[in-house]
Amino acid sequence: MLGEGIIQGLFETARNFFGSYVEKDRLTTVQYPEERHQLPEASRNFPFLLYDGPDPDAGLRCVSCQICEKECPPRCIHIEKSKDKKPDFVGKQQFYPAVFNIDVSVCMSCQICVEVCPFDAIRMDKVFELSTSDRFGGLLWDKHELSKSNEYYRQIHPMEAAECDERRAKELAEAQAKAAAAAAKAAQAAPTSPAAAPAATNGSGNGASAPAKSGAAHSAPETKVAQ
Amino acid sequence: MNLAATAGFTADQVFVALKHWLVLHTPGPFQTLVGILLTIIPIIVVFPALFAVTVLLERKGLGRMQNRYGPNRVGPFGILQPIADAVKSLTKEDIVPRSADHVVHYLAPLVLVGAAFLAYAVLPIGRNMVAVNLDAGVLFFFAIGAGTELAVFMAGWSSRNKYSLLGAMRAIAQMISYEIPLILSSIAVVMMSGTLSTTAIVDRQAHYTATLAHWNVFTPWGLAGFILFMIAATAETNRSPFDLPEGESEIIAGYFIEYSGFKFALFFLAEYLEMFAVSGLGITLFLGGWSSPFSFLAWIPSWIWFFVKLLALIVAFIWVRGTLPRLRMDQLMNFAWKFMLPMSLIVIFAAGLWRFLPATIAGSGALGTVVRWLVCALVIVGPYVTLARALEGGRRIEKRTYRFAE
Repeated sequence: MLGEGIIQGLFETARNFFGSYVEKDRLTTVQYPEERHQLPEASRNFPFLLYDGPDPDAGLRCVSCQICEKECPPRCIHIEKSKDKKPDFVGKQQFYPAVFNIDVSVCMSCQICVEVCPFDAIRMDKVFELSTSDRFGGLLWDKHELSKSNEYYRQIHPMEAAECDERRAKELAEAQAKAAAAAAKAAQAAPTSPAAAPAATNGSGNGASAPAKSGAAHSAPETKVAQ
Repeated sequence: MNLAATAGFTADQVFVALKHWLVLHTPGPFQTLVGILLTIIPIIVVFPALFAVTVLLERKGLGRMQNRYGPNRVGPFGILQPIADAVKSLTKEDIVPRSADHVVHYLAPLVLVGAAFLAYAVLPIGRNMVAVNLDAGVLFFFAIGAGTELAVFMAGWSSRNKYSLLGAMRAIAQMISYEIPLILSSIAVVMMSGTLSTTAIVDRQAHYTATLAHWNVFTPWGLAGFILFMIAATAETNRSPFDLPEGESEIIAGYFIEYSGFKFALFFLAEYLEMFAVSGLGITLFLGGWSSPFSFLAWIPSWIWFFVKLLALIVAFIWVRGTLPRLRMDQLMNFAWKFMLPMSLIVIFAAGLWRFLPATIAGSGALGTVVRWLVCALVIVGPYVTLARALEGGRRIEKRTYRFAE
């Protein structure tokens, strides 16, 4: 009959209308600034730089290798290498970025920089409330704005961070074992031939860094799989 | 009781008395002018204010019908949203397309709003509260209503945009098609009242038999006529489900696509003003205008009754908008010419029957009423059922099952 469906439809909307005042679970809206959805762990938007320890300058993991800068598809990363060096987490002398800028207005959140980084120095962040009144300067982040602690990383991506921490602890242990072995060897060799001692210390330096590097090279594909 | 009755009477006439008092206290040469202004200004103030309230109600109501909150950010419960909307539309840039016909483009919203406001001239919004008591008030209303069609086409044509032209052509086709059932269903009332004056039509309905008012909607032809009138009014004011001229999903905004800022707001305002005006005419013709439905409620001021009825009709409009999807153009035209037109002619016929059937049969008024009701209801329901079956064309509309949506 003509009009029957219209009456049914009117009842349906009336039920919605009154029901939405009675049953709160009918309303699917999240009242955003007051209520928030928990972000999924894999959510990401813009990269940040990781540092260990309390000091962002001393603990910054980036060694300024510039792989991310070269790989970045929209080319939003700008790095200037330092003139001097500082020790990394295993104690090896490394360069560090004198300037590290990311233009987040250009960044397309592809995460390629994270995947290519052999030093676990760059990771994806979850913050999304980034509006600013300064269109150019406000979205060009420098090293200090980008630096965030490892504790923060553990907070936002606990599973990834645990995997990363474990791998780095292993690398550190290996490096320390190597250093200890080299030191012991040097101590053994010292009484027999004093002339070989300088060569041995040089060798131990190289020996400590070589496995660390190879370990990092191996870990790169692993991080790809993990992410 | 006596005190309440006197208080009610004075509250009923408070605006009329206030106007007379103000006119009496102005110098002689200005009395006519002040009288005219005091008639016009309340209309120009009250109905746009009602527009603001309605837009808020509509947004909240539609939201709730769709299990959303609706606007709730500006002020407590979002009640200041109309002010935010007004500020927004006033401060927005007014863009005129380079190849538009500038004069016509400028005039179209003004003509539309002007025509919408003129329609209020003949609406009695309370006892003795009508701007102009024209003898041909209903005729004037429809004549002015036709002016809006002109404005709509002016807007669509002058914008020089294919969407706006499409919208305007749809609007013209729709408005002309639905004007016929709109007028035919009100002709039944005019016929029964024997007058075209809106005030006289309301006066005829403001009588009571055993506490019940003589509203036209309380008769079978009046009820059917009222439903037909409201359907045609929905189409006439381009409201959902007949909002093809501005169908957002097809032609973006239809005839006012090239308008922005305050001109856009004027179109918006005019649309709601037309809706209120045509609802007001529906109230005047079928729902007894400013009169109360029961004689024991007659102490409530007449203008309150008018606005209560108007709000009820607005709620009905919002409810229908929240429920029904938009029609297709051929469905729209079929509905107008194959259903609305024959049904409104039948309503006129039923009204004639009602008039000439005897009010008392064998000395019994009750029996007479029952016979009148039965005969008139049959005359209307019979063709309705036949027409509905014929329009369905033997097709069985099966319940649609959704593979992915459910």
